[in-house]
Amino acid sequence: MSSWLDYTINGLIVGNVYALVAVGLALIFGVSRLINFAQGSIYLVGAYIGWVAVVQLHTPLPLTIIVVAVAAALVGLIIERFGLRPLQNSVRIAPLLATIGISFVLDQLVMLTFSPNPRALPSQLPDIRFQIGGGTIGPLDLLIAGVGLTSALLLFVFLRYSKLGWAVRATAQDRDAAMQMGVDVNRVNQAVFGIAAALGGVSGLLVGMYYNQIDTAMSLQATLKGVVAEVVGGAGNVPGAVIGSLLLGLVESYGVAVFGTSYRNLFAFLLLVVVLVLRPNGLFASARQAPPEPLTGTFIAPSRPVRIPRWALLIATAVFAILPLLPVSFYVLQTLINAWLLGMLALSLTLVAGTIGQVSLGHAALLAIGAYTSALLSLTFAVPVGLAIIGGGLMSAALGTALISPSFRLRGHYVSIATLAIGEIVSLVILNWESVTRGPIGISGIPPLSLFGYELVSPISIYWFSFIVMVVLALLQGRLLGSHLGRSFRAIRDDDIAARAYGLSLNRYKSLAFIFGGFAAGVSGGIAAHLYSYINHETFNTQQSILALTVVILGGLGNVVGAILGAVALVGLPEVFRIAAEYRILIYGIVLLLLVRFRPQGLLGTM
Amino acid sequence: MSTTMLSLRGLTRRFGGLTAVDAIDLDLAKGELISIIGPNGAGKTTLFNLVTGLDLPDAGTVRFEGQDITGLSPERLAAEGIARTFQLGRVFGNLSVMDNVLIGAHTRLRAVKPAVPLIGPLLELGLALLRPASVKAEEERLREEVKVILARFGERLLPRIDQPAYSLSYANRRRVEIARALALRPRLLLLDEPTAGMNPTETTEMQGLVAELKAEGLTILLIEHKLEMVMRLSDRVIVMDEGKKIAEGPGEQVRGDPKVIEAYLGHGLTTKQESAA
Ligand SMILES: Nc1ncnc2c1ncn2[C@@H]1O[C@H](COP(=O)(O)OP(=O)(O)OP(=O)(O)O)[C@@H](O)[C@H]1O
Ligand SMILES: [Mg+2]
Repeated sequence: MSSWLDYTINGLIVGNVYALVAVGLALIFGVSRLINFAQGSIYLVGAYIGWVAVVQLHTPLPLTIIVVAVAAALVGLIIERFGLRPLQNSVRIAPLLATIGISFVLDQLVMLTFSPNPRALPSQLPDIRFQIGGGTIGPLDLLIAGVGLTSALLLFVFLRYSKLGWAVRATAQDRDAAMQMGVDVNRVNQAVFGIAAALGGVSGLLVGMYYNQIDTAMSLQATLKGVVAEVVGGAGNVPGAVIGSLLLGLVESYGVAVFGTSYRNLFAFLLLVVVLVLRPNGLFASARQAPPEPLTGTFIAPSRPVRIPRWALLIATAVFAILPLLPVSFYVLQTLINAWLLGMLALSLTLVAGTIGQVSLGHAALLAIGAYTSALLSLTFAVPVGLAIIGGGLMSAALGTALISPSFRLRGHYVSIATLAIGEIVSLVILNWESVTRGPIGISGIPPLSLFGYELVSPISIYWFSFIVMVVLALLQGRLLGSHLGRSFRAIRDDDIAARAYGLSLNRYKSLAFIFGGFAAGVSGGIAAHLYSYINHETFNTQQSILALTVVILGGLGNVVGAILGAVALVGLPEVFRIAAEYRILIYGIVLLLLVRFRPQGLLGTM
Repeated sequence: MSTTMLSLRGLTRRFGGLTAVDAIDLDLAKGELISIIGPNGAGKTTLFNLVTGLDLPDAGTVRFEGQDITGLSPERLAAEGIARTFQLGRVFGNLSVMDNVLIGAHTRLRAVKPAVPLIGPLLELGLALLRPASVKAEEERLREEVKVILARFGERLLPRIDQPAYSLSYANRRRVEIARALALRPRLLLLDEPTAGMNPTETTEMQGLVAELKAEGLTILLIEHKLEMVMRLSDRVIVMDEGKKIAEGPGEQVRGDPKVIEAYLGHGLTTKQESAA
């Protein structure tokens, strides 16, 4: 591509594709105040169904589109019926977590069925390009534009002139009033999920054809882009989502034109962060509005935490401490080392997501910051490894808190979006900042763990080291929770308005929570770097963030002992049952879904 | 001679086309209790939000002890000594009764929250983890104080001091909110329908408590639908309708005001809360 016109056309076409995803998100948000993190997975499913139709069934293009739309709509209906409807009366965090779990399950199912390798998705259209002005346009561009316009028109007619469409609009405006007027909210939800899924699926198909390639990484990207577009346009605002999408497409396209392809996503996420900070209600939001009064403590499931007697904790600690002296295999030690590292991350996340209620989906970024800092300190500046790890923890605390601070004014789902985007930004900066991070090559030859000049190479010493670090962090966190900060954090989580009215500054206490939690995560990442001896920008990825979240929910939000128990369970049980690696993430997703549905307070209860 | 605690001038808040609070003037003297009454949707709660910094006025000023506090954050206003309760109840559901009320005393923490610029928050984190004797003593003192405050509610809250607030009855949650407000040692207390949803016995009890607080010299702004209670407690009554102040004066005088009767009749005599209670 050469000319600005080309970049503009490309931006609008890509924007059109985003719009198909974003409109669905906006519809769903409108009627249920829920950001559907599974939207990208439906898009992925659409792309693969399209692949099956085109490559294996040789369907003609119009039929392909219909098949994909119908199949995707079915997936959407299933998600609504079995994933979300049972959660209608549960706490606000439940549907958020459920869509995350559903997304993981769907992505893994696609990956297991089709393998993670990319596939070509031929476009079924003649490969010719027409000259217009200084640029060119192909039939596929026209198809995408046509599908975009047609869907917009159909949607408009549906919302405007059909009875169900009227019900959708009424519900979006005031759910309670709509219900009182006899609107069947379940039917509205169904309609909205079905439409959103059909649009998302077709969008996946078109993108696959546009790039002539599909792979399973598309899902998260699509969710992110759709969410960015939707937030830019104003959550729940359908025309806003379309405009936000086109804007996003153009920003990306021009950004790529000036800085190169690897910056595409960076621009998208920076746009998101800027909008969240400056106009959290979107570019077209109407007047400032105070949020409605919540019912008491509706964000997390109320529960009485299981009180574990001190002696039981002491015994458990002693058992794990002397475990390496017993005749256990290295394999067991290795597994538990992983559990302790995950435990540290879970301690961090349970504080941030559980105690102060900021459901972070980008927590792996804190691992990455700690790991890179510790690796570079020890490699470049010959800092002793023990100190370098502490340096990693401090850097993660400082940088992590600084990065997340723009989103301190946000609530609920928006925090999750912001942390997801910031996590992606960290990974993209690591990829692109070659002079410091060595870019895509990664960092190799990281010195092994050592303490006071002694290298820790035997599994036993590594076990003890990581175990002791985790126990110390857990004790500190327990002490924190018992202080006035513990109750302040929890008060902010339960009701941030009332907390402010009693003098609790959200910035101050969210910062302190992220500083403390960032340190624990950074230390975990630092230790991991020295254990692995090689890291790159993909070592610490979203899967780890979701795994940590599952651990935290399993243990009980905010629950210190629960976080460690959850880590041992989620790392240990797949080993005990010898579950193949490919299936593990699927199982984590299913565990998350089952927990949200049947035991939202986790094993040991919310603190 | 009385000093003015709170003084509102031309306070206005619009939501789209609706003017929820319309050019309200109000002067509240130290130790005075003013009740604000008016039909549902009159703008009473919105007025409270404007005074406590949870919402920003479109026009007008709020002065507290002579100082212009318009547009200050709720955190700042809490530190200045303004405490409020919420109409629908906003206790911290997962916190125990003790912790809920301790949050009320948050602005009074000194030992653990030194007023040092810049590194203050980090010091706070360090002190919370290390807990030197001064911090422990402060916490202990506040805990004792909370028990004294809870004792004002007789046996309603004390036996439940360690229970999470979500497990309390509706009336008890309202009491926790008031206890939390008292723990701030407020100089101005705003109560938004403290007896909503309470039965007559509970209402009488609450009325006794408010009378006690007034007798102790606390300055109070009260929103209340139960006129009986308003008449007994108030030094003055302000009536709002559709955002405007339509009457002001001693209870008996306001009660007979044709404009007031008209406002209530126009919106139906019984209010939502009263028919629900
Ligand atoms: N955040 C908001 N956005 C839009 N309109 C609002 C908002 N808050 C309040 N209003 C409107 O402002 C008006 C005044 O509301 P307010 O809650 O202050 O009334 P009130 O006098 O406290 O009524 P009640 O006796 O029912 O508590 C109402 O019409 C209400 O719908
Ligand atoms: Mg009110």
